Amino acid sequence: MTRIAIRGWYLVHKWTSLVCTAFLLMLCLTGLPLIFHDEIDALTGPPPTFGMPGTGSSGSAPGLLPLDDMLARALAERPDEVPVYMAFDNDQPSMTVTTAPRPDSPAAEMTIQSFDRSTGRRIGVEAEAAGGLMPFLLQLHTDLFLGLPGMLFLGAMGVLFVAALVSGVVLYAPFMRKLEFGTLRTSRKARVKWLDYHNLLGIVALAWTLVVGVTGVINALSEPINQLWQASELAEMTGDYAGREPLDPSRYGSLDLAMARARAALPGNNPQFIAFPGGAFSSKHHYAVFFQGDTPLTERLLTPALIDAESGAFTDARPMPWYYQTLALSRPLHFGDYGGLPLKVLWAALTLFTIVVLGSGLYLWAARGRASSQAHLRQLQSLAAPAE
Amino acid sequence: MRVPAKRPLPLRTIFAWPLAICLLGVIGLVSALTGDGWRDAMSWLSLAVPVAAVAWAMKARRT
Repeated sequence: MTRIAIRGWYLVHKWTSLVCTAFLLMLCLTGLPLIFHDEIDALTGPPPTFGMPGTGSSGSAPGLLPLDDMLARALAERPDEVPVYMAFDNDQPSMTVTTAPRPDSPAAEMTIQSFDRSTGRRIGVEAEAAGGLMPFLLQLHTDLFLGLPGMLFLGAMGVLFVAALVSGVVLYAPFMRKLEFGTLRTSRKARVKWLDYHNLLGIVALAWTLVVGVTGVINALSEPINQLWQASELAEMTGDYAGREPLDPSRYGSLDLAMARARAALPGNNPQFIAFPGGAFSSKHHYAVFFQGDTPLTERLLTPALIDAESGAFTDARPMPWYYQTLALSRPLHFGDYGGLPLKVLWAALTLFTIVVLGSGLYLWAARGRASSQAHLRQLQSLAAPAE
Repeated sequence: MRVPAKRPLPLRTIFAWPLAICLLGVIGLVSALTGDGWRDAMSWLSLAVPVAAVAWAMKARRT
């Protein structure tokens, strides 16, 4: 690589890192506890007991109560509201019903109630806007409390982070050309030592940082991705309903009939959730029953069956398009919640590595003295490859 | 102190270990997505390699 090329990559690495480092440090620090949010939530109370433990609410096992019954229980607790989502669990009879003042209310106005579908008992209730440390951290991590602009901004920081990773890999070569892999010159001055740690931690964690970085960017685009699906695929599937008045919640028909029709259209699969008419995941006239695939990998890849919410007639079912499936797979790959506690612990360890890489990078830049960037680069390189 | 190699190392030497660790990491990230049991265990082993590499470097490659 020529000196000019190295200098170009160095400038890319320096500027992309400098712009995103503060936000990436925030994302790492808030992400660290969020990795363990299930475990932390479990500490706050004993786990709920169920009437039929081990029976998934997403199934159709005898003994599970009708969906219309469950919805009536939820609405009895929130009499002035309308249903927005009903979500199921594959492992336990627990399920949730989300209600809001209007079908298209923003998430902040929604209330989630959880129930035991085997007994009908209400397990808990949670307002989306509820306080608490974990929701606070989650929102800071997701959108800086700024809504969609905040999400897109953090997505842009993610793009810079990925550019910093790529340029960092390119620079790894000139910096390591006289050093064996893993060399840590800890007895030299601090700058040499931290340069070695920066290079080693950065390169060994690369696969993970790239995947978590890229999937973070995709997650930041979840709203535009969903809007694209609504405006194209969903609009196409429900073309016959275009121009009709939105269906009034008082005319919603039986959920159990809709579920039976949906299951008949996609036999062998279980639903993950039902989106009610007028919300972000359905048309203004349909129950959208989102089915999961039947293998561990395809479980995350959803296929909605659209059922006319008034008549219960089947309208259409199509797998979600590739961009939506990409988003679906980006969630576990960003959260690290798909391989048990050991995977979460490794997720946390690699987050700590990232924090050290960010911190040491900042240090290497801040401790450069007053030298010009050209001189700084020469100096860094001479640290990497001492004169023979 | 370890004496640095006299001649520049070839790119394939510089990137041999990083590439192996990176590929293993990708396999680990994907394997737990495709199922439970041994697929989870494989992801734990693969993603523990970066941590092990740093521990090894701190023990064996300190100068």
